[in-house]
Amino acid sequence: MGEVIVITSGKGGVGKTTTTANIGTGFSLEGKSTVLVDADIGLRNLDVVMGLENRIVYDLVDVVDGVCRLRQALIKDKRYSNLYLLPAAQTKDKNAVTPQQMQELTSELAKEFDYVIVDCPAGIEQGFKNAIAGANKAIVVTTPEVSAVRDADRIIGLLEANGLRNPQLVINRLRVDMVKRGDMMNIDDMIDILAIELLGVVPDDEHIIVSTNRGEPAVTNNDSIAGQAYRNIVKRILGEDVPFMNLESDQGFMSKLAKMFGFGKKK
Amino acid sequence: MDLFKMFSKSDNSKDIAKERLKLVLIHDRANVSPQFLEMIKSEIIGVISDYMEIDEAGLEIKLTRTKRDVDDTSVPALVANIPIKKMKDNGKF
Repeated sequence: MGEVIVITSGKGGVGKTTTTANIGTGFSLEGKSTVLVDADIGLRNLDVVMGLENRIVYDLVDVVDGVCRLRQALIKDKRYSNLYLLPAAQTKDKNAVTPQQMQELTSELAKEFDYVIVDCPAGIEQGFKNAIAGANKAIVVTTPEVSAVRDADRIIGLLEANGLRNPQLVINRLRVDMVKRGDMMNIDDMIDILAIELLGVVPDDEHIIVSTNRGEPAVTNNDSIAGQAYRNIVKRILGEDVPFMNLESDQGFMSKLAKMFGFGKKK
Repeated sequence: MDLFKMFSKSDNSKDIAKERLKLVLIHDRANVSPQFLEMIKSEIIGVISDYMEIDEAGLEIKLTRTKRDVDDTSVPALVANIPIKKMKDNGKF
């Protein structure tokens, strides 16, 4: 029986879909059979982020309505082994599916795949309830901004109220230069406020835009620092003890020198 | 760097963000609206006014966070700051 992981955030635009695509592809690179489920009905995007938009025939709502079999709606990503996408419907709305149906769907998928990753829509209404219905683990994505952290806190409360205990946090789009000048909350600030376990920190990285332009998740790009962060996150979910990245790599010459001689700031 | 910090109080925008967030989350988590606090405030004024004369304009009531003595975990706390003008005689026995 595979694990069903929901990627959620409350606020829109913090990187849920990007995180879903990268973690899912990362699982596939680690040899795990994985299916990505786009639960954002009416505003589907996981298909374009994955570069699979031209291959959609059936969607999630078709499966639920019995228009097609589950197998028929799954799109195989030919670039990676054992990676599939179940796209959302674009023309229906969130009420086209019920939490009960989502639960049945994800448990069906969990019989065949090691990991079922559900991309949750923004908000706390029906779409959110659908997305979390079948999950047995939740990952909360936030960025270091007051609005995103506030919404993350709300989502954490709602997840726990719905029996998804101990969600884990991904801090996305961290800008090390701004953290250094004290103009962006750092990792400790956010953990202090949200009081949940940190799963990973994804630095702000232009590669994410470029890779989304191309429809190739950054996790496959060895030059991308965000890709590296996602590879680490995947390993941590798989139970490996991966230390958090040293994000101070763009530091000045003097502090590098200091570090060489062992005077570096501890962190 | 730390030397400078000693002489100027922190005006880093991230500290402002953190403080604002902490306060707003206390209200979010406790599900307490400003109207709710106003209701508490007026009742407190009502009760205390029987015993002492208070400065109603200077009365401050807010939800904040405090560390519990026993295990240092952070818990919400209702803090009221009530300036007293003078005691009333009828409160004494």
